[in-house]
Amino acid sequence: MGASLSMSDVATIIARATALFEDLDFSAAREWKSARPERKVIGYMPIYVPRELIHAAGMLPLGILGGGDQLEVIHGDAYYQSYICRIPRSTIDLAVSGRLDFVDGMLFPSICDVIRNLSGMWKVMYPQVYSRYFDVPQNYCDAIGGNYYVNELAELREALGHLRGAPITDEELRGSIAAYNDNRRLVRQLYEYRRAKPWQAPATEVYLLTRAGLVLPVEQHSQLIRDYLSAAAAAERPRLDNCRIVLTGAFCEQPPLNLIKSLELAGCYVVDDDLLLVTRWLSEDVPTEGDALQNLAHAFLHHSESTAARYEPDASEKGQHLVRAVRRAKAEGVIFACPSFCDPALLDRPMLQRVLREAGIPYVAFKYSENFGQMQPIREQAGTFADSIKLWSAQ
Amino acid sequence: MNTTTTQQKAALRDVHKDASMRKQKAMMGAHYDRLTAAPQTGEKVCSTFVPGNLNELIDCFGLVNNLPEVNAIQNGLRRISGQYVLEAEKIGHSEDVCTYVKSDIGMMAKGNIAPNGRPFPKPDVLLLSYTGCFTFMKWFELLREQYRCETIMLHTPYLGDGTVTPNMIQYMVRQLRDEVIPKLERVSGVKFDIDRLRERLARSAQAEDDLVYVLRSARNRPSPIDAYFGGIYYIGPIFGAFRGSEDALEYYRFLRAEVDERIAAGTGPVTPEGDMGAEKYRLVVEGPPNYTNFRQFWKMFYDEGAVVVASSYTKVGGVYDLGFRHDPRKPLETLAEYCLGVYTNRSLPMRIDMLSRYLEEYQADGLLINSIKSCNSFSAGQLLMMREIERRTGKPGAFIESDLVDPRYFSAANIKNRLESYFQMIEQRRSGAAHAA
Ligand code: SF4
Ligand code: SF4
Repeated sequence: MGASLSMSDVATIIARATALFEDLDFSAAREWKSARPERKVIGYMPIYVPRELIHAAGMLPLGILGGGDQLEVIHGDAYYQSYICRIPRSTIDLAVSGRLDFVDGMLFPSICDVIRNLSGMWKVMYPQVYSRYFDVPQNYCDAIGGNYYVNELAELREALGHLRGAPITDEELRGSIAAYNDNRRLVRQLYEYRRAKPWQAPATEVYLLTRAGLVLPVEQHSQLIRDYLSAAAAAERPRLDNCRIVLTGAFCEQPPLNLIKSLELAGCYVVDDDLLLVTRWLSEDVPTEGDALQNLAHAFLHHSESTAARYEPDASEKGQHLVRAVRRAKAEGVIFACPSFCDPALLDRPMLQRVLREAGIPYVAFKYSENFGQMQPIREQAGTFADSIKLWSAQ
Repeated sequence: MNTTTTQQKAALRDVHKDASMRKQKAMMGAHYDRLTAAPQTGEKVCSTFVPGNLNELIDCFGLVNNLPEVNAIQNGLRRISGQYVLEAEKIGHSEDVCTYVKSDIGMMAKGNIAPNGRPFPKPDVLLLSYTGCFTFMKWFELLREQYRCETIMLHTPYLGDGTVTPNMIQYMVRQLRDEVIPKLERVSGVKFDIDRLRERLARSAQAEDDLVYVLRSARNRPSPIDAYFGGIYYIGPIFGAFRGSEDALEYYRFLRAEVDERIAAGTGPVTPEGDMGAEKYRLVVEGPPNYTNFRQFWKMFYDEGAVVVASSYTKVGGVYDLGFRHDPRKPLETLAEYCLGVYTNRSLPMRIDMLSRYLEEYQADGLLINSIKSCNSFSAGQLLMMREIERRTGKPGAFIESDLVDPRYFSAANIKNRLESYFQMIEQRRSGAAHAA
């Protein structure tokens, strides 16, 4: 693209990401699959699965994140009581309405008891579809948790090999690790770019772009981020007098896009967040030499993101990731946006808030659900927060 | 002679009934006294959870076991959990999360008073047996923040595929051997002695035999026990701080004898108002009970002649009726297998299998689900479970909602209405079946 890059290039890229985001029929993934008869698609839910293994089997990892605010849930409510969060019910709705009928397998990560139980529901409802609760160690010692995890990875590798009819080779795995290393580097770069110039990379755009990585083949997604970074750099946008905030708590059920937009409209630049953590879960490159599963396990144990679903063995480290995120992004405050009825996010919240108080970092908190439409209160709350931060820093 | 025998039998029954109840009461009282006296006696305290409770191991180190869930239950039964939940919400805990946690946090904020009126001691170690419930992890992270004491994570993998794999056992044994035991040695100052553990495991297995006998007695008609409301008392010692102890052995011996008496006499369960009348409905119940209105809740059943013949809640601290026993020949593996097998660590299909099996084996009329508002571990997926179990067994299911220890979510009128229509439905099915025959 080069010198001719402009706002219209940014708009084109974002239009593509938006189309992918809005497409509840997953047409892109369907098209990818139908291009070759042997192709398979493996769905996964938040918070983390080693997508490298799926990719190495020549399959498409497809992030399933519920139905958002576009889907009218018709069947899902018959599966869940009113006091369970939204994402499982809209995910069931996607399945029951046939929108996931092309998905050949599902992985349910270890994030909470709702997703855990959903894995069992899938087995009951879709016994013909490969599905697995993907457990990860909460013990971070290589000889204990590491060993366990390597064996879990080996089981998954074998199952995926079985599904495609040929084992996954080491070569394939190394290639996939390299592809995802590249992708994670780019996502990190995107986040760094936004930290440096949030007016150039609005939170909604960063979200849509990152989210595209849950439906596109990794190589295409990496290219999309590259294109965006060049296009965004070439198109100067006005810098507003917004405050800088870190958004946290939204690591599973997705906030409506309008909520992210509302934060910006209320005068907040989102300079970091915990949305779509799978795209940058491993914070360092995974070595492509040596035993691939050992390398993935080592990266998981020692270079993973901190989040509520992960035990923090060191009491003094609890919540420090958030303080570091604030410092790194030169943020002025934290917004806790947690899904209603989300035990992990809501039980973690008081602990994180205590750490923030001790660090002198202001915060505000509210809850949402994926189909939440009342943005006015959010805008007011975020606006008041932004104003108070400005006032506070002016004093 | 007949009269004398009946009188003797009745007297014996009372003795046995009183014996088991008295025994449990004394055990609980002594335990709370021991616990609250720890700062004076110098005994060290280990807090842990009911599912994945490694009481035999804890006892090997001379540590006193404190179970926050049991404290929450006590507070529920004594109707003080509501104020604790509110207190926790006042200090920033969400209204959406598990009320056990909030009852515990609120209790701490209000002086941490045990049922004997004395304050609970600060634990010396939190044994985070992460088994079957995500909330456990957050709960002990929250407690760690307050107590700033050693916290030991023991991660039990979930049985997502319905099987215990060698990888799971190996992972757990390594955690026990290389992390849990050395840390407990350090905290307690007591060297680990595997033979001490074996002794305790052997006693556990014996008590488990008796507990299973008692639970299975509900196959009789009439059932001599209520396996949910009564069952909660029967599991107390083995799920709590007594598994592996001489006291537990004695308690279950008494209980078994009492149940034998009831079977011989052809009597139904004991209720708070004495013997239950004629048994009209036999139910299997899934999910925990409500504790804040426990008596009122139970009464809705026995007033209608409904007895619970099997329940999943009485399996949260260990599933013994499907064959598992603690095995002193493989002490660490057996602890791993125990944790892996507890009810809430079982996949949804396993839970469905288990409940369907209960419906058949205990010749129940139907399945009742008490869905707990603040417990994702139990509640997420229960509607599908109900439909699937109905489909498999052809027996009707019913769904009620309440909470464990938050009185705001116990609506007596709603629950009573639901139950009454459910009993009517069972009646209709019966008369339908009788006509068809
Ligand atoms: S939103 Fe929270 S409670 Fe719901 S599935 Fe996700 S992590 Fe679990
Ligand atoms: S099992 Fe349910 S009630 Fe018990 S701690 Fe977990 S969420 Fe709370």
